[in-house]
Amino acid sequence: MDWGPREIIAAFRAGMIDRVVKSNTIWLCTSCYYCTVRCPAGIKITDLMYELKRMAIKYDLVPKGSKAPAMTKYFVDSVHKHGRNHEVELMAKFTLTKDWGLPFKFMGTGLKLFSTGRLPLFAKNIRGREELDKISAYLEAQEAKAQ
Amino acid sequence: MRYLYYPGCSAEATGKAYDVSTRALMEKLGVELVELDDWNCCGATSYFSVRELDSFAIAARNLAIAQQQGDEDLCVICNACYTTLAKVNRYMDEDPKVFEAVQGALGAVDRTYDGTVAVRHIMDILINDVGLEEIGKHVTHRLTGLTVAPYYGCQFSRPMGAFDDVQMPTTMDRLFEATGADVITDFDAKTDCCGGMMMLTREDAALRLCHELLTAAKQGEADVIVAACPLCEMNLEAYQGRVNKFYGTDFNIPVMYFTQLAGLAMGVSPKELGIDKQVVSCAPVLAAIPA
Repeated sequence: MDWGPREIIAAFRAGMIDRVVKSNTIWLCTSCYYCTVRCPAGIKITDLMYELKRMAIKYDLVPKGSKAPAMTKYFVDSVHKHGRNHEVELMAKFTLTKDWGLPFKFMGTGLKLFSTGRLPLFAKNIRGREELDKISAYLEAQEAKAQ
Repeated sequence: MRYLYYPGCSAEATGKAYDVSTRALMEKLGVELVELDDWNCCGATSYFSVRELDSFAIAARNLAIAQQQGDEDLCVICNACYTTLAKVNRYMDEDPKVFEAVQGALGAVDRTYDGTVAVRHIMDILINDVGLEEIGKHVTHRLTGLTVAPYYGCQFSRPMGAFDDVQMPTTMDRLFEATGADVITDFDAKTDCCGGMMMLTREDAALRLCHELLTAAKQGEADVIVAACPLCEMNLEAYQGRVNKFYGTDFNIPVMYFTQLAGLAMGVSPKELGIDKQVVSCAPVLAAIPA
């Protein structure tokens, strides 16, 4: 982690937005909400990290070598495609684009999960999956209208 | 007692045993679960990181369906799904902009949601609706002598704290005390993070967190770790071998869903609880439970 959460906030307040957004700190936040419940000033730090991640993705300012932004985007793609996240497809897509070594590292684990039926190969589509695209299209149109 | 039920995506894959054991346990307790019709992914932590209002609206589609399907509370088993769905209600209530966006977006797909469906974690339902006294009555196979590390995970009670403490929750401790188990009540790591999705994107960081958790469980001489979230269970169990390889350790600690172990205490068979799906053998746990 290049900057701690306090440094992120201090740098943000000092206007160093590009450096904040490019830091790997925001991509190491797992949303455990520990800082949010501990903050004496009641700042929703986890939500702030989400906002910074969104800015990073929007302006394509992700730190070099960081694989988390791609994973995040693929997750959302999977949700829109099927209505649910298909874990196997997500892992396969991530492997093909971001980490060729993954199947070798996790071969043993993967085989065990597969043999116990925990890695179904085929995705189930929900009936209303097109609704998700419509929801996003509506919000995108609203945003465009507001600008 | 009857609830609408939201299994979540993991419950169809890596966390299948959580779904199977939840259904078996609730049946044993006489609680009826009706699966939410055509539910979609809650969006989890990933969707919040891409588009904010969409993440609320897409999660809210489930709540709109719940509102239409029945008056019952919505029972959620995965910590991340629970927090995400509960957050929708909270933010719709706090922020008119979110309320309006959700209403508008759902309107675009001919749905409506007013923010009033009660989103409940299964642990909340067990402790506060079913109650420990009733649970105690169903315990036929007391877990005497079994040392249990209660692992709640991050998003169990954080950030809302709706039914348990945000830093040191105790509901799972009390549940297993009612089964006669020796619960490690001072298990400090109980809400520490397992690394979540980082296991795939920053393996070193996630393995370190899992190593710390497994070390804490071992120091407490745990016979089994019980989890309340599919990602926690998966990281601690399926990647235990990777932790050993990375750190030169020899952890071999069974990890189960709390619904599995509670089910065993109530005489539900290991098969019905999906215990055959575990990667780390649960044989020592099964052997410790009286026939």
